[in-house]
Amino acid sequence: MLKALSILPDKCTGCMQCELACSYEHEGVFNPARSRIRVFHFHDEARYVPYTCTQCAEAWCQTACPVEAIQVNPATGAKEVLDNLCVGCKVCTIACPFGTVNYNQATGKVIKCDLCGGDPACARYCPTGAITYVDADLTAYERMRTWAARTDTQAQATA
Amino acid sequence: MGWQRRILRVNLTEGTCNPEPLNMDWARQYLGQRGLATKYFVEEVDPTVDPLSPDNKLIFATGPLTGTAASTAGRYSVITKGALTGAIACSNSGGYFGAELKNAGWDMIVFEGRAPEPVYLLIEDEEARLLPAGDLWGRSVWETHERIQHDHQDPMLKIAAIGQAGENGVLFACIVNDLHRAAGRSGVGAVMGSKRLKAVAVRGTQGVSVADPRRFLQVTMEKKRILAENAVTGQGLPTYGTQVLMNVVNEIGALPTRNAREVQFEGAPRISGEAMREPRPTDGKPNLITNQACFGCTIACGRVSRIDKTHYVVRNKPQYWKASGGLEYENAWAMGADTGIDDLEAMTYANFICNEQGMDPISFGATLAAAMELYESGAIGKEETGGIDLRFGNAEALTTLVEQTARGEGFGRDLGLGSRRLCEKYGRPELSMTVKGQEFPAYDPRGIQGMGLTYATSNRGACHLRSYTVASEVLGIPEKTDPLVPDGKPALVKAFQDATAVVDSSGLCLFTTFAWSLDDIQPQIDAACEGDWSLENLLAVGERIWNLERQFNLRAGFTGADDRLPERLVSEPARQGPAKGLTNQLDKMLPEYYALRGWDENGVPTAETLQRLGL
Repeated sequence: MLKALSILPDKCTGCMQCELACSYEHEGVFNPARSRIRVFHFHDEARYVPYTCTQCAEAWCQTACPVEAIQVNPATGAKEVLDNLCVGCKVCTIACPFGTVNYNQATGKVIKCDLCGGDPACARYCPTGAITYVDADLTAYERMRTWAARTDTQAQATA
Repeated sequence: MGWQRRILRVNLTEGTCNPEPLNMDWARQYLGQRGLATKYFVEEVDPTVDPLSPDNKLIFATGPLTGTAASTAGRYSVITKGALTGAIACSNSGGYFGAELKNAGWDMIVFEGRAPEPVYLLIEDEEARLLPAGDLWGRSVWETHERIQHDHQDPMLKIAAIGQAGENGVLFACIVNDLHRAAGRSGVGAVMGSKRLKAVAVRGTQGVSVADPRRFLQVTMEKKRILAENAVTGQGLPTYGTQVLMNVVNEIGALPTRNAREVQFEGAPRISGEAMREPRPTDGKPNLITNQACFGCTIACGRVSRIDKTHYVVRNKPQYWKASGGLEYENAWAMGADTGIDDLEAMTYANFICNEQGMDPISFGATLAAAMELYESGAIGKEETGGIDLRFGNAEALTTLVEQTARGEGFGRDLGLGSRRLCEKYGRPELSMTVKGQEFPAYDPRGIQGMGLTYATSNRGACHLRSYTVASEVLGIPEKTDPLVPDGKPALVKAFQDATAVVDSSGLCLFTTFAWSLDDIQPQIDAACEGDWSLENLLAVGERIWNLERQFNLRAGFTGADDRLPERLVSEPARQGPAKGLTNQLDKMLPEYYALRGWDENGVPTAETLQRLGL
């Protein structure tokens, strides 16, 4: 069974623990500027939205890469960047429709979410449950449940 | 590690920016942020300096935990000689700016001199330069924020700035970062304005490391759980913010009302945290939209509000229809109970203006309250107020005067002096609710005795954040003490003062101490920083910082005679509530406090005390 990140922006407080966790997991330092997940603050609307790679089944970054440096990890389904192959051409950053692959000037390679090999640090560190790691078929389950709970029909047992 | 080991020295007169290594000997004695910056300040600045002269310095300082994944580890402080008080000033702020500064590779910035023309400082990692701010001068914090991000095409720049209040020399002007978090008290924004420094904009991509990562991650995770499971930090603060206190403090009869003439406010329920969540009759929406976290914070007490579009104050001002920083408890008290106003929307507007123009809402509200008492007692009239009917409870006076004060117009010029100078000017100094020139906040020392000693002895003038004995006396943290008696309070105040100095020097938020003791904080500092960070050492650091600040004030001309409360609090008994008939018993507490501190009867640290602390 594959799992996927489920993101519920209405639970996000904008604390950036996910960015701290992600950067530490991948870089060994706390450095939000190198995080693979980003929290966007829409200040005037009071909304905070974490955003990262959704691991497309048919991944355009992977298709576009001329040196096959983006490979699927069969255990997690994550599209991972192989640093020894990546030449930093940035074609994947153009190909990705969501902007979740980004170039890292410090290394000359691209970086993207790799699901931390199956135990994503962002989900572990999120204090509000805005980011969870769940069955890939059920990423919207919590949202369905929330809306289901809002229906006002009362069960009535019939004899 | 923990520290970046590098500070930036900016000489505004010369227009130079130079890096220096951090003095690690001092870091071992003073930890960081409040303590370490105060050490630098005391070593470099003549205590008798005029706060608004080029010889005063202004330090922005982070702590060793700032920028790490410890909960709430995004704090920075601004240290200077306060424009409002003439005492050491240290104003602490959250938001995201502090962590960004640390991520750019700097522990602190020391500003000296005065720029010949307005400037702002741009920091992009190790590169720092001063840029002309002529076209930003005269603009608000919000406009400045937008302009700088736009001009550099970088929406990720984090910005701390002054608004019109700081430019116009409002003595309680503050420095606002991330649009609505503030280094709020003592007039640090007025000092920044006197240096013609409009803003500091930072982008940091270097990262922050810790000494023992494995231990650090484990212990910070464990301590986050404590915050999540605690009733105050896990439920009360995220749900109601600090405004959870309004009804509580009113009920125990410690809510200073109408310039502290009374201790309970009949309008408290209408301006409380609960009221902010109630749907409004006009548009069916609550004032509060959501809570917000500062950098790394797992509590998330910040308030984000939207003003009712149909309210008279914003009906024709669509620029104030968007969401922004809402009322915290102190602000709601100062601009509400203390002025007798119960119009939540008008108060939220005044709060927005304080954020937009960079003014401390505590001092502003309390100064307005003093002005209202001057007006009602006949000391001033409509001639002085520019025709404004300055009765207690007049919300239109609040919304008009908050703008006038920031702009330095009309009666706002008088309010911008702060309440001590205002009341002296009109011949009624006893109506100023200040200690060392700073307005006291939202806890009446007649109903919470320990807060009297807290205000009287605070090194930055009256303040609740130097020893928040409310935690013990009202909330029972770490253990319940009786708020109506002075017994035991000197020891409580000293212990809280020393522990708070440590928290304020670490990069963490003081609000964690609703759930954490120093026993919880110590292992986080110890895992992040090299060296000996045992509990004993940290307590010594806290006491050393307190005495260092005290020494600065004594050399600046303060004496034990300044450890006084406004006469009203010690001679006019509370008129109602559980504290009815009581005054504050400062005279009983102060001598015992001096003795516990190892100070003589005049409040001067003895030679033995200084030697013991290595001062």
